[in-house]
Order: sequence, then C-alpha cells, then structure tokens
Amino acid sequence: MAKNDIKVALIGNPNTGKTSLFNQLTGLTQKVGNYPGVTVDKKKGTCKLSATQNAVITDLPGTYSINPTSIDESIVLKTLLKKDIKESPDVILVVADVENLKRNLLLFSQIKDLEIPTVLAINMVDQMSRKGISIDLTALKEELNTEVVLISARKNQGIKNVKDAIIKCHVAAKASPMCDANYKIDPEYFDKLKAINPNFSLYELWLMVTQKNFPAAISKKEKAQLLSFNKDVSRLKKYQHKETIYRYQEINKVLKKTYIVDKSKATDLRSKLDKVFTHKIFGYLIFFAVLLLIFQSIFDWSSLPMDLIDTTFAELSDFARNNLPMGILSDLIVEGIIPGIGGVIIFIPQIAILFLFIAVLEETGYMSRVVFLMDKIMRRYGMNGKSIIPLISGTACAIPAIMATRTISSWKERLITILVVPFTTCSARLPVYTILISLIIPNTKIFGFYNLQAFTLLMLYALGFVTAILAAYILQKTLKIKSNSFFVVEMPNYKLPSIKNVAFDVLEKTKAFVFGAGKIILALSVVLWFLASNGPSSFKNAEENVTNNIENRQLSATELQQKIGSVKLENSYIGIMGKSIEPAIKPLGYDWKVGIALITSFAAREVFVGTLATIYSVEAEDENTTTIKEKMRSEINPDTGKQRFNFPAGMSLLVFYAFAMQCMATLAIVKRETKTWKWPLIQLFGMTGLAYICSLIVYQILS
Amino acid sequence: MNTIASLGIGEIGYISEGALEHIPLKLLEMGCLPGAEVELIQIAPLKDPIYICVNGSHLAIRKETASQIQILKS
Ligand SMILES: Nc1nc2c(ncn2[C@@H]2O[C@H](COP(=O)(O)OP(=O)(O)OP(=O)(O)O)[C@@H](O)[C@H]2O)c(=O)[nH]1
Ligand SMILES: [Mg+2]
Repeated sequence: MAKNDIKVALIGNPNTGKTSLFNQLTGLTQKVGNYPGVTVDKKKGTCKLSATQNAVITDLPGTYSINPTSIDESIVLKTLLKKDIKESPDVILVVADVENLKRNLLLFSQIKDLEIPTVLAINMVDQMSRKGISIDLTALKEELNTEVVLISARKNQGIKNVKDAIIKCHVAAKASPMCDANYKIDPEYFDKLKAINPNFSLYELWLMVTQKNFPAAISKKEKAQLLSFNKDVSRLKKYQHKETIYRYQEINKVLKKTYIVDKSKATDLRSKLDKVFTHKIFGYLIFFAVLLLIFQSIFDWSSLPMDLIDTTFAELSDFARNNLPMGILSDLIVEGIIPGIGGVIIFIPQIAILFLFIAVLEETGYMSRVVFLMDKIMRRYGMNGKSIIPLISGTACAIPAIMATRTISSWKERLITILVVPFTTCSARLPVYTILISLIIPNTKIFGFYNLQAFTLLMLYALGFVTAILAAYILQKTLKIKSNSFFVVEMPNYKLPSIKNVAFDVLEKTKAFVFGAGKIILALSVVLWFLASNGPSSFKNAEENVTNNIENRQLSATELQQKIGSVKLENSYIGIMGKSIEPAIKPLGYDWKVGIALITSFAAREVFVGTLATIYSVEAEDENTTTIKEKMRSEINPDTGKQRFNFPAGMSLLVFYAFAMQCMATLAIVKRETKTWKWPLIQLFGMTGLAYICSLIVYQILS
Repeated sequence: MNTIASLGIGEIGYISEGALEHIPLKLLEMGCLPGAEVELIQIAPLKDPIYICVNGSHLAIRKETASQIQILKS
C-alpha cells in the first residue's frame, strides 16, 4: 500500500450489495449472495480511482447499526473505533439499498456522527422503477450534507461516480455530524462526556461507553472516567432507545423532502412467492423436493463426463507408459502422479453440480425462508434458525460454514453449530461416497423413477444431518454455558440469480477443491509411490523368493507376475506401515491397503480414491492400465476370495467416512474461531471414535 | 392486551407509544418504532417464528419477542 492511497471502508446493512460493489471496484471475486450475513470477515483490495490516485478498499460484514450483537458486526465497530490508526479508514463508503433507504440511513447517521468523511452510495437503482421509487438527488445531497451517488453494482452502473465521489470527499475532508442525537437528549450529561477527551467526537466517546471498547489513544484515567458513565445501565439503555427514535425522526424529515414511493406502481411478487415457500405444508414439501432434485442431478448429469474423464486418464497412463523412456521417473508418472491426479479430477463434474445448486439457492433468497421454517426445530436442539445456513453451505465445505456461524449472537448456539457442522456431508466426502456407491449399490430405479444410487446418496446426506442434530442435542444438555438466544432475521427480496455471480462462485469453489486436493495428492502420490516401490531386503528379494518358491511352480506367467507385484507391495515401506495398523481395522472389513488410504485421508478426505488408485497401480505389474473403478472392482479379499469392496465392507467404509473427523483444515479453523484447542480435539476424538464404533457394528452385522 | 404475537395472518396493527422500553434495541434499529404499522405476513409451520413487515423491513422474529411488543389493532 502506497502512502497516499486513500483507505476506504465499505459499510452498510446486510445484503445491500457491498461485496458486489467491492468486486466491481477491485476486480476481485468475493462471495456474493442474497441473504444477510454472506460476508463475515474483512477483505481488502485495491482500486484505481483516477490516473494519479489509488485506494485500498475494505469490504466489511453487513450490520444494521454500530452497536454489534454478533462477532461479524463487531468487526465493523472495531474498524470504526480506530483501534489501530494505520488501519482506520479515511473515507467511509456507506452502501444503502434503495428499497429500504429509511432503515439504511440509520447506520449512515451514526457513521456521520463519528465525523469521518462519508460517501453515500444508494445501490440497486435498477429496481427503482419496478418499485415506483423516485429520488431527488440534489436535495438529498444538500439535506445529508454528503456526496450521494446512485448505483447499480450488479449492472455495473455509476461505478465511475463512486470513484469521483470518494476523491472529492477525501479532498474536502469535511466531516460534520448529521444530527448529534445525543445532545438533544440530555445536553448536560453529554457535555460531561465530551469533556473527557475533546479530540474524539461525542459519538465515538458514547460508543466507548456503551460498547466498552477503547482505542489505543485513550489513557487509563480517561478510560476509568468513561467506565463511570457505564454504571447506570438502565439510563444507558434508555438513552440508546431515545437516540434511535431521534435519528429516525431526523431521517423521516429528510426523506419526506427527497424520496417518493408510488405504491400503485409497485409490483409485488414477493408476497405471492412467500405464501408458497413458507406455507405450512408446501414449505417443507418444496424444500424436500429441492433436495431430491439436487441428488438426482448429481448422479444423472455427472455420469457421462465422469466416465469420460476416467477413461481419458487410463488412456493417458497407457500413452505415458508407451512413450516415456523406461525408468524410475516414468514409473513415478504412470503409477503415482497420473492415477493420483485422476482420482481428484474425476469428481469435478459432481462437485460443480453441487456447487451450482448451492449458489443458485443462495442467490434467489430462498435460504432465509429455510431459516424461517427451521428456527423452531433447530432451537429444540440447542441451535438457532441461522444454524441452518452453515449446515447447508457445509455441504460444500465445512470451513466457510464454520465462519458463517459468526452471525449467531448466542455463544452457546454458535459453539454447538461449529461443533456439529463437520457432520454435514461436505464435498470432500462426495468422491468417496460415489465411488463406493457405484461399487456396492445396483444402478436400478426405485418407485419407478428415482435412481437407487442417488437415493443412497440422499440417505447418506440425511445420516450426516440427523447425526449433527443428535450431537447438538447431546451438547445442549451437557454444555454448561449461559447465553441468551435472540433471533431476528431479515427476509430478503427474491431475485433471479445473476449468472455471473453463480458462475464465479462455482468456478472459485471448484478451483479451490481441485487445487487444494490436487496439491495434497500430488505431494502424497510422490511419497506414496516412493514408499510403495522401495523397501527393506525382503522387498528386494521378493521376486527371487516368489519364483523360487515351489508352490508357485504351476502358476502361469501372468499369475506369477501378479504374485510378485503383490508380495513386493506387501514388503515395501508402505506395506509394512499398512500391515502394522491392519489388526485395528480388520474388524471393520478393511485390509492394509484401505488402511493406507484412511491414513492419508486424515490430511483431506478426498485423497482416498487417489491413494487407492496409486497403490493399485504400483501393484499391477502388467502393462494394462484400467480405470479407477475397474481397479477397485477387481480387488479381491484373499481371506474370502470375494470382492474387497463388497456390500458389508463398502457400507462400513461409508459409515466411517460419514462420521470420522478427517480434515486438518477444519480443525485449524475451529481452533481459530473458538480460540482453544479443546473443541477441535473433542471433535477429532469424538467423531473418529464414533466412526470406528459404528463401522465395526455395521460390518459385523452385515458380514 | 394486544401484542404483535396476537395478530393473525394478514392483520395489521400499530406499535403503541408505551411499548418503547420493551422493544429490544436491535429491533428498534431495524425499524420497529412506536407508532409504526406492523403487518403479520406469515406464521411458521410450528407456530413460531413469525414473519412481519414493519416500516419497510421484512423480518422474522420469535413469538417470545413479539409478545413483548404492545400494539393497537386497527
Ligand atoms: N437488482 C440488483 N441486485 C443487486 C445489486 N447489487 C447487488 N445485488 C444483489 O444483492 C444481493 C446481495 O449482494 P452482496 O454484494 O452479497 O451484499 P452484501 O452487502 O455484501 O451482503 P452481506 O455481505 O451479507 O452484508 C446479491 O444477490 C446481489 O446479486 C444491484 O445493483 N441490483
Ligand atoms: Mg458482503
């Protein structure tokens, strides 16, 4: 950041389009969605305002006022209270929704009273005519004594004006309070407050009193003085109420002169849709139908591209084998890297379809209706209606889902949500599920139309969800934390999803999946390959031992080759490692090769398939390369002579992956959000223990 | 005594002037002001929460909160 860059902070009510504007200004692609609480953390980007002037823009979580009630909102307060002078903004860009300007101006009036230069951007003006709204811009500028611009972040309109207004506002550096509400309530009281440190605006001092949040520039003595105002709590509360009423009165005065709504012109689609989506019976039916549709599509739409990718990678291995010079490097590529990477790439179609559905749901405004439908149920299990958003978005990845809990104001409800989110079936489990399902569940229709494989997948998602709810119930009964449960959620307008937003979202998430898993599998497959094709003396003598063994005399040449391959693998370093854990996992129906894949899965679940692919490729000494599915299908359990991935073992694996905590990144984020290692460790051992016990039961019953 | 919780679907009421102290600050800031018109849009399937429109804000709040806010029925 250059010294003379203008620091701009984007502040506004939730869901007003701050992140959309941020993306337009900075060219970044931060997540946008049509429900309150999409952004829960700060994000910086740079923007060229003019030929000579740059700005550093900070996107912030949405908030209805500066008085925070949850973690995401308190980030805004901290930014405004100049905790850190280097970070404090030069210009505040308030983003308001044109449809609900009155409420948006409340926050604006609070920010104005902090006496920081402020630009007001009124967003979504593309909706004005449909809603019958008209604004007298010149009068509004005068009344509010600020730069005001009309924009449409989605349609990329008025962005240039925003840039100009920021520069103008910064140069003028004029910062006058809007209404100084407090003085009007009790001048004597507030004069005393102001006297404590006249370098701060009155409203800043008032916030320090009410929020007990102090900037570095406040001395110990001043802090004590400020805290003495805090003694009379009922008075504080009364003054806060009065202040809010007063602000609304001022805002009404301004809007009366500048803002006109012609109700007769407004078309109201919203109430019609709400009647259906939040209906007693249809509400739940629609929700269930949406879920069914998603799982059906995950299977139906993806089977063709997946098969294509699978065979392409098999051919690629063949091609590489035939065309690369023989040697270690070619072995590494053919047996390690190509199958490993193939085991990730193959799942792109399914993951992308899942992400597509989530993105569309998030963009339409439907998510908030689900929050409304589910609050009562979630509350019974120690959570909050808002917990449903993390539980749904957790089907993509637990990490953003855990971040999204920041909007839940009660610590107990938030903690419970964080702890149970990893039970939600995340996209990293999807690869494991689909490959196992395709091996053990026949591809037939049930009820005449619904794919049995898709139905099994749906049941696995249901299993994750139900377990999350039950775990929450137990936690609610055992955690001794007192905190108030409070629930107010704004219901956004329905919107047609913006294709651009949806496409970016799917692209970003899929990219993150591929590169995240790709990096791990690339490194792992090199290590795996090395450990699988090297070993102590028993490995080096394997070929000799097998050929010289009298028992093997009558084997054909190919059978002999296969025997050599598997004896070699068993005696390699990885084989020895796997063998040593085999006793623990044998009762679950797994052999040591699956055991290796379980171990690597603790780095990230999605490498399970890639790991198996690498191990099986090293083992297969013959020159035919087959697809991953065929390799798994033809794997034989020597104890029974049947398929390794038969029904009991497959089910046991499915259950293991449904419950086990196998994600380092999630553990790290839980540590960060809860600020102690206690909770991630409880998750790790609790979930994995549960997985072990349940898989054991499943396998023993079924086999 | 009438409160927001006692409204039926589609009914309209006006928040009473005396209700101020009982309105949580957060709701007040979201536009739930004394004198404002409140319309009950929908009640969730399990009778809670409720979905209201007040001062242009469409909000879902719990019965528990709603029953603290007195209104005058029109
Ligand atoms: N019609 C219309 N929709 C818009 C406009 N700008 C943003 N939106 C939509 O409004 C919704 C909210 O946009 P975001 O940019 O995520 O809003 P935000 O203020 O960052 O929201 P939070 O992070 O939750 O506080 C999305 O569905 C956007 O597509 C606009 O100018 N016109
Ligand atoms: Mg945002």
